Parts: sequence; structure tokens; C-alpha cells
Amino acid sequence: MQPFEKSDPASNPQGRVPCELKLLGAPITLTAEEEARVAWLFTRYPTRQAAVLPILWMIQEKIGWVPEEAITLVAERCRVPVSHVYGVVSFYTMYNRAPIGAYHLQVCTNLSCQILGAEHVLDCLRRRLGIELGGTTEDGMFSLSEVECLAACEMAPVVQVNDDLVGPLDEGGIDRLLARLRDSAARRTEAGR
Amino acid sequence: MEVRLLTRNFDRPESWTLASYEATGGYAALRKACAMDPVAITEEVKKSGLRGRGGAGFPTGMKWGFVPKDAAKPKYLCVNADESEPGTFKDRYLLERDPHVLVEGIVIASRAVGIHRAYVYVRGEFGLPYRRILGAVREAYAKGYLGADILGTGFHLDVTIHRGAGAYICGEETGLIESLEGKTGQPRIKPPFPAVVGAFGGPTVVNNVETLAAVPWIIENGANAYRGYGTEKSPGTKLFSVSGHVVRPGVYEVPLGYPLRDLVYGLCGGIRGGRKMKANIPGGSSVPILTGEEALAANLDYESLAAAGTMLGSGGMIVIDDSTCMVRALATIEKFYAHESCGQCTPCREGTGWLRDLVMRIESGGGTPADLDKIMSITRNMIGTTICVLSDAAAMPAASFVTKFRDEFARHIGAGRCPIEEGAHA
Repeated sequence: MQPFEKSDPASNPQGRVPCELKLLGAPITLTAEEEARVAWLFTRYPTRQAAVLPILWMIQEKIGWVPEEAITLVAERCRVPVSHVYGVVSFYTMYNRAPIGAYHLQVCTNLSCQILGAEHVLDCLRRRLGIELGGTTEDGMFSLSEVECLAACEMAPVVQVNDDLVGPLDEGGIDRLLARLRDSAARRTEAGR
Repeated sequence: MEVRLLTRNFDRPESWTLASYEATGGYAALRKACAMDPVAITEEVKKSGLRGRGGAGFPTGMKWGFVPKDAAKPKYLCVNADESEPGTFKDRYLLERDPHVLVEGIVIASRAVGIHRAYVYVRGEFGLPYRRILGAVREAYAKGYLGADILGTGFHLDVTIHRGAGAYICGEETGLIESLEGKTGQPRIKPPFPAVVGAFGGPTVVNNVETLAAVPWIIENGANAYRGYGTEKSPGTKLFSVSGHVVRPGVYEVPLGYPLRDLVYGLCGGIRGGRKMKANIPGGSSVPILTGEEALAANLDYESLAAAGTMLGSGGMIVIDDSTCMVRALATIEKFYAHESCGQCTPCREGTGWLRDLVMRIESGGGTPADLDKIMSITRNMIGTTICVLSDAAAMPAASFVTKFRDEFARHIGAGRCPIEEGAHA
């Protein structure tokens, strides 16, 4: 093992450690409407810190994930350390730390779903989409994850697609679901032209 | 038969709208409560015997009564809509189908305790329920049921919907408060209890959705009418979320004390394919499991289920048929609790992981006969040794599965594979 060397200022001209550099990305900007939303949030709670989760949600709803720049922005607005917001973002499972597909397929594998075939649903989706858990299809259409109980056990085995619940699902149901999502994405692209 | 006090509006068209709610007499209870002395409201709820429907079953009126009258700091109400206990989905139904009954319950509770700020903590995964409660709160503001000078009484209340972001532990009341304050949801050491020091340092009432949804009915019809349902010690009705191998899974409202057999074989249509009920988890995945025989003899109230060695919990009933591998089922449960442990307390952080690993090892065929005693010994060190009950929630299923289905676990270990026919439901 190499002995620990003192850092050479010439090789690190900004004098910062790399992880710090990563945290201080280019700032993201909020629209006037979003600024108004942030100001409103601060009136709803007795502390600014309480707005951490709602502002993170607002950003994720807009761009689909929470980049480092968003963490810095939330820390500044809520007047809490960057490390605090980083802790929050990493504690909760729903803040995406990377861009995800247009349709996020979240398969519940908890008990009520498991005993009714959730594993089979997961395998089918893996094969149909050609991706593993945590993966996104190359066209950016689908992301696949496993989630804990969605409080929709009467629909077991159930999958949450973005904000909506779909179930009970079998192999045929999965094919119809994927076809329906592809179809509605295509129609949206068509309409956008 | 079902007794539909809280679910009375579920089948109405557009039941979630203010127009529909008012058409069936909605907000009449609030008008009545506005004419009552706040202390009398709490007394009525105490008299009704209503107990917390989130899982712990603590008497609701008593909880309200713990809030100091002359607190220097503002008081808060936190509505626990972070429904996450595996097998439980009744609060989702209430939020989706009758959000105004919750709003009305919130206003009545706030008036009783002298609260002017309420937060509804909705679990992050909820899409439709979130939109429905948001819509109901907007309608209630527009109609003067929320905001300044409610119904001309001078009483004011602001309600904010706060969205969680994916963490089971935030359903624990102090974890919920921490999360509301913008932090990671790590539960607090008690005392002080939230009624004394809760959200933002102020006295705080934390109530489950179903609990608050029962309040308007109690105020409108009186505690005695509510006590006309259920048993002496467990009055009223309860919503049961039934899932698993039943013909008709769903939410059913029955009087407490209802025979479990009638819920499963009557309302839910029995077991799919005419199979046998092998086991039943009556109150969400954290409560001790019952064998099929034990379950058939049980009644659904706090005392009867305690006598049967389990708990009413959230009323999230998972019905398991005889094609199910109990080792696999327990592995699923333990994987969940290991994933959701917040990591503060050693017995939970380490214990949940050990239980998961041991059960998974048995499931994958690598278990040893000593593993079963090891599981029992770990669970003994996890119960009552931590800040919150997540540790107990992981230990109770492990201990009860291994005790009641020990033969099956032993056969699994002996054979080095699952003795149950695979893919019975695939």
C-alpha cells in the first residue's frame, strides 16, 4: 500500500476535495410559480426545515429526480446544512437519485402479493423489458423496481405505475399493461408533434 | 353482516365530493360539535370507548385529554395517513372514497383539544388518496368548514397535507413527527409523549385516519349509540382489510367481536379453490400468526385476540392457505422489517438483519437444526429493548411462525429444500 501523501496544490487547484465539488453543482432555478409555492410552504409550517420534503417533492415532480443541485437549493432555502438534506434524500426510498423511465413500474413483493405470485410478475416484467431491478429500458420508457407493501393488497399481485395501482396481474395482464403504456406514450409523442 | 358506520358512503357515485357528503348529512356532526363545549366533545369520545385504529389501540379520548390545557406553545394535530403495515389498506379506502369524513373528524378533534394547525401525513406512494384528500380540504376551505371563523364560531383551523417519501417507520407516531419536521424519520425516546412535547416542540395529538373518521358518527349519534355495536371492552366497529387466499378480498366494516370465521367464510367467500385455511395473520404482518384452527375459534376484538395470543393491530388480515410455504412467508416478512429498520437501536438494526439472514438461509436449503433455537433467542432480545416497536414487530412473527410451524421449518431444514409443492399458484 502506498503511504498517504500530502495533497499537491498543483494537482488540485481549487483546493477542494472531490466529493465537495460534486455537491456544489451548477444551481438550478425555480420559476416564479415555484418560488411562490416555496414561499407558501414556509407559511404552512412553524419552521423552514419542515419544507425540506415538500420542496424536494416539487423538484422531483418537475424533473423526475433529485440531482445534487436540488439538494443544495433546498438546503439554502430551508437554511439547513447540505448534509442534512443529503441525509433526508438518502433515508427515504422515493427520492430518485438518477433519472428514471417515463413509466416507473414498482412491483410489490410483500406477503399478500408474494403468496399470490408477485415473484412471477417480477420475472415476467424482467423478461419482457430485458432489464434487471433498478434498471431502465434503453428507450427511457420503463424503469423497474421492487417495493414494499403498497397498501393495495386486495389487488394482489399489484404493481404501481407512476401514481396508479394496477392489479391483480397475471402474464396476460402484464402484456396488456405494457401495450397500453407503449400506446399512450406513442399517442403523446404524436400529439406533441 | 357488515355494519357500515364509517363506510356508509363508499358505494355512492362521486362519494369523495363535498356535494355527495353533504347530501347524506355530512358536516352535521361538526355543526353539533360547534354548539358543544370543547370539554364535552372529548368526554363524549371518552365515553364512546373509541380506541386508536392504527394498531396500538390506545383510548382516543384519553389521548386528547393528555394535552395540557394551558400550553405555552401552539398545539398540533397530526393525522397518521402513512398506512404501511403489510396487509393493511383501509385508510386508503377512506381517503379515496370518503375524504370529507376525515376532514370533519379533524375539525371536531381540533375544536375539542383547542388546536389551530393540523397536518395530514399521507404516505408518499399514495397517488389517488393524496389527490382526493387534497381536493376535499380545498372544498372544505371554500365552504367555510376550514380556515378562519369556521361556521361563524370564531374557531379557526388550518389543515396542510404533508406527503411522506417512502419509509415504513414514519407510521410510528414520533417517527412521523420527525419526518413532518423535515428530518429522517427516526422515532424519539418517550417520555416525553407527543401529547406533551410533539411536533415543533408543541403538544401534539397523533391520530390514525380511521380513528378520526369515527368521530363525526360518535358526535352525531352519541357515545351510547356507538357502544351499541361491538363488545363491552371493544365498542364500535372496525374496518378489516382482508387479503391473501380469500375469494373476495377487500375492506369490511364489522362490529368488534365479530367471529373471524364469519368474516373469512361469510363476507370474504371462503378460501380460493375450496382449500383449507392454514394460517391467519389478523392484524397486519407484525402480529403473531394464528394457525387455521386457532383462527376459526377467534373473535375480532382487542381482548379476544389478546387471549388467542395475538393482536387486533391495524385489522390488516392476511389469510394463508395450505399451499403456502411458511418459511418463505416468514422470509418475506423479515426481509421487510430488516429493510425498514431505521438503524438507531442495536437490537433492531442487527436483529432484523440476523432474522432475515437465518430465515433466508433455511429457505434456500442451507439451514441447520440449531437455527430455530437461534431465531427464538434473537427474538427474546429484540422485544421491549428498543426506542420503538419495529423491533418487536419483526420479532413477534418470527417467534410465532417458528413456534407454531416448527415441524415445517424442521422438515425444510432436514430436506434442504421446500417440502411444499412449488408453484401451486403460479
